[in-house]
Amino acid sequence: MSTAPAISGSRDLVTALPEVDDETVRRLHARLGAAAAAAGILEVAYRTVDTPVGPLLLAATEQGLVRVAYALQDHDRVLEQLAATISPRVLRAPQRLDSAAREIEEYFARQRTAFDLPLDLRRSSGFRRSVLAYLPRIPYGTTASYTAVAAAAGNPKAVRAAGTACATNPLPLVVPCHRVVRSDGTLGGYGGGLEAKQILLMLEAER
Amino acid sequence: MAARMATSHSTAPQRLRLVRHEPFEKVVERHGTTVLRVCRAVLAPPAAEDAWSETFLAAMQAYPTLRAGSNVEAWLVTIAHHKAIDQLRADARRAVPVADMPERPSGNGLLDSWESDLWAALKTLPRKQRECVIYHHVAGLPYAEVADVLGGTPDAARRAAADGISALRKTYLTSTRERDAEGATT
Repeated sequence: MSTAPAISGSRDLVTALPEVDDETVRRLHARLGAAAAAAGILEVAYRTVDTPVGPLLLAATEQGLVRVAYALQDHDRVLEQLAATISPRVLRAPQRLDSAAREIEEYFARQRTAFDLPLDLRRSSGFRRSVLAYLPRIPYGTTASYTAVAAAAGNPKAVRAAGTACATNPLPLVVPCHRVVRSDGTLGGYGGGLEAKQILLMLEAER
Repeated sequence: MAARMATSHSTAPQRLRLVRHEPFEKVVERHGTTVLRVCRAVLAPPAAEDAWSETFLAAMQAYPTLRAGSNVEAWLVTIAHHKAIDQLRADARRAVPVADMPERPSGNGLLDSWESDLWAALKTLPRKQRECVIYHHVAGLPYAEVADVLGGTPDAARRAAADGISALRKTYLTSTRERDAEGATT
């Protein structure tokens, strides 16, 4: 009698359902970030922003911006690192990053020369922390050498360590390690790639 | 170069920790649909959506303490099941008892999109059968885990699911066949 056993197996049941769920799940998923933040359990919120130097990942704890990452640094891997080092309670939740995204947009529109954002630098300590604290004092549109940064951060001999501090800067762009170049005038390195470093320096020079 | 040197510190034990505690965002991406279906096995759409949110909030709260190697999907289905039952009890206390799932107002596209012949057919099953069908066939849990979530034995879960499937085969197939027949005659 039953000539068309459409759901004789589980396969057909499964395929009969999905189309009604995707949109609802997307909507609920989008709301989860705000609910988690309200419940005080959103330890790391993130979003991405499109910029002239490619998509940037922005991540923030309740204390402030904790990570900015270029596509070259592999956003998935960066999120895994945040989960391992801060908390696995990581969600895409754009709200907490509204002001960071806005200031970055203003920076690329040349309407902003310095960032005014709460930063969470608790994962950097010692000399690295001193270097990161000094970097925002290099004026917009100018550069400093690794040697000068080492000296300004309190240890003139630690030029290599100053380079490492820049290379491991968790907040590139916002903490402007792109303004640090070699004493001979060449660019040195950059986590976002040398092209990105060049774009930033040219953008700042055009002002 | 310096960056590469610094990141080469990521040792094997740290790699394991990364695998164990992937960002919670990934958990939502991977299991959001399954959890919604589990909630829908028990609840009508608006309440099911609330249960979905409560499930993921509770899961996110507990996530850092989840043991390594746990079956994340089974864990979520268990939480979802409890949240859905809580919601059902709260509704029962609050409202006049109704014989069937409440009707939803029409005209709301999002809620209407939940409506499908199969869900309508599922709705007619006794709750235990509906849960067993959804948890096993839709959420993909083995019967042993379905039994862990619902209580009872794996065999009982298997029987309930089989009864549910054969009932669905009658109601769901009848309605789709009728509709197909109508479509064919026009």
